[in-house]
Amino acid sequence: MTMSTSPNRDDASQHRRQAPAPTPPTRPIRELVLFGGLAAIVLGVFAMMGPAYATRMLVEAACYAILALGLTIQWGYAGQFNAGIMGFVALGGFSATFFSIPVNHDFWASDLPWRLGGVLLAIVAAIALVWAVCRVDRLGVPKLLRTLLAVVVGLVAYLVVVSWLREVTGDIQSQVDFVGGLGLPVWLGWIVGGALAGGVGYLIGHICLGLRSDYLVIATLGIAEIIKAFLKNSDWLTRGTATISPLPWPVPDPGAVGFVTARALYLSVTVIMIAVIFFLLHRAYHAPWGRMIRAIRDNEVSAAAMGKSINRRRQEIFVFGCILMGLGGAALTSFTGIFDPQGYLPLNHTFLVLVMVILGGPGNNLGTLFGAVLVYVIWIMSGPLALAVMHGVTALGAHWFDWQPGNLDSRALQARVFVIGLLILLVLRFAPGGLIPEKVKHHD
Amino acid sequence: MNELIYFFNYVVVAGSVTGCIYAMGAVGVTLIYSILRFAHFAHADMMTLGAFVVLLLTMLFPHAGDALGLPTAIVMLPIGMVFTSLVAVGIDRAFYQPLRTHKVKPIVMVIASLGVTLMLQGLIRLFAGTGAQSLYVDARKEIFRLEVPGITRPIILTEPQVILFVVTIAAVVGLHLFLTRSRLGKAMRAMSDNPDLARASGINTRLIITLTWVIAGSLATLAGTLLSLDVAFKPDLSFFLLLPIFAAAIVGGVGHPFGAIAGGFLVGFAETLAVFNWSVLLRPIRDSLPDWLALPANLALVGTEYKIVVPFFILIAVLIWRPTGIFKGKVI
Repeated sequence: MTMSTSPNRDDASQHRRQAPAPTPPTRPIRELVLFGGLAAIVLGVFAMMGPAYATRMLVEAACYAILALGLTIQWGYAGQFNAGIMGFVALGGFSATFFSIPVNHDFWASDLPWRLGGVLLAIVAAIALVWAVCRVDRLGVPKLLRTLLAVVVGLVAYLVVVSWLREVTGDIQSQVDFVGGLGLPVWLGWIVGGALAGGVGYLIGHICLGLRSDYLVIATLGIAEIIKAFLKNSDWLTRGTATISPLPWPVPDPGAVGFVTARALYLSVTVIMIAVIFFLLHRAYHAPWGRMIRAIRDNEVSAAAMGKSINRRRQEIFVFGCILMGLGGAALTSFTGIFDPQGYLPLNHTFLVLVMVILGGPGNNLGTLFGAVLVYVIWIMSGPLALAVMHGVTALGAHWFDWQPGNLDSRALQARVFVIGLLILLVLRFAPGGLIPEKVKHHD
Repeated sequence: MNELIYFFNYVVVAGSVTGCIYAMGAVGVTLIYSILRFAHFAHADMMTLGAFVVLLLTMLFPHAGDALGLPTAIVMLPIGMVFTSLVAVGIDRAFYQPLRTHKVKPIVMVIASLGVTLMLQGLIRLFAGTGAQSLYVDARKEIFRLEVPGITRPIILTEPQVILFVVTIAAVVGLHLFLTRSRLGKAMRAMSDNPDLARASGINTRLIITLTWVIAGSLATLAGTLLSLDVAFKPDLSFFLLLPIFAAAIVGGVGHPFGAIAGGFLVGFAETLAVFNWSVLLRPIRDSLPDWLALPANLALVGTEYKIVVPFFILIAVLIWRPTGIFKGKVI
């Protein structure tokens, strides 16, 4: 069990070479009990709500598990917190939608694709122009003048390009409704969704990872809202609030083989994805790379002193996490069958995942999976429960104080927000390692 | 000249209003940061909570302000401030202090503050519903129209806006005097500079922390109430405030109260200028422009629906070019 050391660390870790024989592995009683309990709960849902409902719940829980694995490598492995999971989920969902829905022939038959392409080229040209102006100081132009020039050129180019874009998108909307999809297989959309999310993660990470970790939280929170605002308001691309449905599945859809079979097939696809991700993460965690990541998390200064490139590693892990989030978001959106940008909520797609990870055990893949399924089952079941409790309370309130609140159902669902918040605080306070904590190996 | 008045009404006044709100929020964030060393994400929800308490009080006593000639909400402000401060101190004692004594990393405190955010949001929506409500219960908002001689269009100011400007100036001057003249304020600055040294020299750090929450809670109530008075109370108010407030605090240099005020106005004006339709201002010269330079009808930098991009862009720009903020904040 000695740590395999790279040659340049030999001197520093010489004493570890004589580590005593590894302690016999203890039986994973805690894991067995917890997973047994979880299985009992899931079986209970099967018995009470029927297989169609329960398989739907399991598929959604599986998609959330992918999101949670994405967060657990960012927060658990590397200590980088991401508060904008919603944005990456929405990006993945958009990509899945855009690739899989049928082609809009009206759009491609008109001259609009050429005009849209022209505007996109103009955007590229504008960026190139601004970039070139930023370099003009190499020709001997004073720096102040260069900055001034760059700002003015950037502003004018932006205004011109945006007015063209507005014109074209307005025409697309009025003539052909929206651009439609590409009519390609869904899985391609999922992969591109992951790549898109990873790309955005790269940009954000590039800016924020060298700074305090608080800044990353603010920036991810902001980018998530911006992605949502973009998807919601770009009617020409996503139909905005009009929503797109139905979305094709990578497996036969319920119309062909029935609800339960179709959902079970979908479930098997997501489970295979989880299994592959889990295997890869397990290997990565125990590889030298994983040790390096944990060393950076636990003691940044000494990791830097060992010659590790802290920001590069953080960047890697942040991008990996975002890719998983995009992938999970794509799978989730395809399963839901409707692309509704307004349906992406910070509570459902950011904070729920956060609770899954910190309750299950950040940095422990098994714990994260456990947390994802458990929290999702509780979350789904808490809706009816909250409604029942609220009805009971108001019945009492009306009886005693003549209290008549309006829009009861939406209020009851808000009570769950409170519970999620309280849960986060309680876990942080009393079980910082989660239910199945990360096992840190110690070498004496 | 009409265009200039239009510009004044829609940019100078609107920008100052947003700037005042952001400034008061950002001062709270930056004070908490300099004393407790973490980014307090629940701050925008404390603003909503303060506004909500004032709304409840106003609904209970709708005519309390008539005797003084002020909106009832303003009369209820001190009570709301006291209540929100108590809640803030209580949250600190119940949730943040145990984590502090465990010496967790700052990022864990940030996650805890996200938990507090959710709790406050849940509570407020549970009791307030999700709709918007006016803080003028049983009363009308007064609108002042100042006629400028020779121009048809008047300068428009509303009662809440005037109150907002007065209160902001009073709060800033009061904070300045407190931080520079009073013993406690000096102790607070000492603690923000070096907590260990402050403790060693006999400063009661627990008292300072309580005081920080009281100031932050009071400012949050002021900002939240005055914003709701100007527009309307919405339970999801905090959501639109969080990013601009943090952008303001970071632009001004984290841990730098007066920087936060400058940052608040910068972000507020940037937002207003970015969504302002500039073609209105250019209307007088439109006819004399050559054909190839026809002005589009909409010359705003960003649409109103993308307003949130502005503080984000400012935040990113500051993080790239000057992570310490324009006034050189301390810890990065």
